[in-house]
Order: sequence, then structure tokens, then C-alpha cells
Amino acid sequence: MNPIRKKRLTLIGLMVAGIGVATWLALNAFDENLMFFFSPSEIAEGKAPTGHPFRVGGLVATDSVKRKSDGLTTSFTVTDNAESVTVEYTGILPDLFREGQGIVAMGQLNQSGVFVASEVLAKHDENYMPPEVAESLKTAHDEAVGANQNQVSVQ
Amino acid sequence: MIVRFFHQMGSPRYFYGVAGKLIPWFMVSFLITLVLGLYYGLFVAPADYQQGESYRIMYIHVPAAWMSMFIYVVMAVSGLISLVWRIKMTEVVVISSATVGASFTFLALATGSLWGKPMWGSWWVWDARLTSELLLLFLYLGIIALHSAIEDKRVAARAVSILALVGVVNIPIIHYSVEWWNTLHQPASITKFGKPSMDMSMLVPLLTMAISFKLYYGAVVLMRARAEIVERERNARWVQELVQEEAK
Repeated sequence: MNPIRKKRLTLIGLMVAGIGVATWLALNAFDENLMFFFSPSEIAEGKAPTGHPFRVGGLVATDSVKRKSDGLTTSFTVTDNAESVTVEYTGILPDLFREGQGIVAMGQLNQSGVFVASEVLAKHDENYMPPEVAESLKTAHDEAVGANQNQVSVQ
Repeated sequence: MIVRFFHQMGSPRYFYGVAGKLIPWFMVSFLITLVLGLYYGLFVAPADYQQGESYRIMYIHVPAAWMSMFIYVVMAVSGLISLVWRIKMTEVVVISSATVGASFTFLALATGSLWGKPMWGSWWVWDARLTSELLLLFLYLGIIALHSAIEDKRVAARAVSILALVGVVNIPIIHYSVEWWNTLHQPASITKFGKPSMDMSMLVPLLTMAISFKLYYGAVVLMRARAEIVERERNARWVQELVQEEAK
């Protein structure tokens, strides 16, 4: 390689590396702002902002979805399997909203620690499968869990 | 022999001829894989256990999003070669890829938005994945604008190559955004290592569509490169001879 080309290559290499480092530093500095939502554990640790609205994300806990008497307000618990937050929302929920499903809600905590949401978004996971496969997976899972529980009870 | 091939491809005249012969092959194989991919994706593949039929938009969305990043990497690599070795043909590849890359990025954003409304409950959210992909669209548009703003084609190519290399930091950000930060966008279903978290009956049409889009890009970039070559070399003897032949 002739010296001019070598010099150009080094310069470009330095430029790309420099931009890479700068971007990395910037992204690190803004790390918190880049988080789309906070998990219930982070809220419990007090990491979530108190003065302005933020988003909370997690799974809708099983058997926690309750409709209020006005027919529009829904209350449910969002959990990350460690901590949980009660969410109240008035409005239409997205198609994918169901118990056990990941959701992201936008809103604020009120005095009694209930998260009053102004918007609820469903978070889809990366699994794609036909209904029959999902069904057989569920059956296999239930059987395995059942077998474990049997073992426990035997012991 | 391979070295000789690359040397020959570096000559605009030779490239023009080879590209002309390759385009029909790319076009035919693109159409075949497109028909197969769409048929198996839209009619044969089963519905999803949660999303029902709406998931089928991924047969356009996912390959388009892959292409948006793939084309950018092609541009950045060609840009690097253009800057260091000053090869005319890689300069042509950089600028010929920009519009098709921008189109794929737009397609990925638009189809994602259409899917997001019923599934997430929102057309658009400012999460890391969506925002970085939007930035990619702006990078493409910036490259196109910068290229048309400079009269001298070789100077323009140099400027565009630098912009393409500056923007390449965005590519790993797009790819890893779903892992580094909490995002509304789901993580990757298909990774290089490990089993894809997608059923085979859905995966095969998806990969067919991905190949189809790559072939389309191949055909389009060759066509655009040919047009660009003729414009750049309009004063060369072989182009003038070509024009006279066409005129007969």
C-alpha cells in the first residue's frame, strides 16, 4: 500500500473511531433519557421521576385486571416478578392487552402510590408461532409444572 | 483471476457491460422469490397465536428494515474504498444505493407504524429503536441532498462518502437498541447464534422475502449505476459510440 493511501486510511479510521467514542459517551450520558420505561423495581428504588409523567413497563399480573363500575376504568397490577405497581387507566386498551402480557403505561404516581395512566401500550415479544404450537407448549409447560408440584407434595 | 476481475470491474466501461448482462438475472430471480415469499407468507403460513393475521406485515417490514441497514453498510464500505483508493466505481455504488436505501427505510418505518397502531396502540413512540431508524432515514436523505448540491461529481462523491462513514455509527445503535435500552419495540427474533424464536413455517417465507429484497437491491443498484456511469463518462468515446449505435 502506498504511503498516501495508508495515511488516508489511518485518518478515516481515526475519524470513525473518534465519532464512535463521542457517540458512546453521549449515549452513556443520556442513558436514563433513552430508557423508554421504568420497571416496577426501579420505581420501588426511587429511580423514577416524581414531578413529571413517566412510563412504567412490565407484565400484567394474572388475576389482577378489574373493571370499575363506570365500565371504562380498568385497574391492574404491573409486575417484573420482583416488585409491582397498581395501574389505573380510563380508555380503550390495545388488542394485545391481556393478563401475562407485557405493557407500557404512561402516567404519574398519585398520593396513594397508584399509577394513574393516560396511555397504555402493549409490548409485543419476539416469539412468533401458530396457535397450535402455542397450545402444545402451554400443555407441556402445565404438565411439567404439575409434575413438579406432585413431586413437592410427595416429599 | 479474482484480482483481475476486480481490476476490470473498476473500469466504468467494463462495469457497464457486465451490469447490463446481470440485471435481467437479478430481476427474474427477484420476481420468482417475491411471488413465492408473498404467497407462502400471506396465504400458506399460519396465523400467529397472539397477533392473528396482523403479524403478516412483518413479511415486508422485517426484510425492509434489514435492507435499510445492509444498504447503509454497503455504502459506508464503498465510501471507505472511494476515499482511500479513489476508485470511480465505488463512488458510483455509494450514490446509486442512497435512494433505494432511503426507500427501504421509509417502507420499514411506514409498515411498522401501520402494525403499531393495532398492536401497541400507537402509530409512533420515541423509543430507541424507532428513533435511531428515523435517524437513518434522515442520513439517507442528507446523503442524497449533499450529492445533488455539489456540481463536480467526484467532489460530491468524496463528501457523500465522508457523510456515509460518519453515519455508520448509527448502524450498531439500531441493531443493539433493543438490548441496550428498554424499548417498546420487541427484541430480535432471529439472531446469528441460537435458535430463532419463530416457527419454521413462518421463518421460511420471511427469509425468502429477505433474499427477494436483496435481489431487488442488486437489480436497482446496477441500473442506477449504469445511468450514473453514462452521465459521468458522457464525453468518453465509448459512450458516444454507444449513443450513436442506439440512435441508429
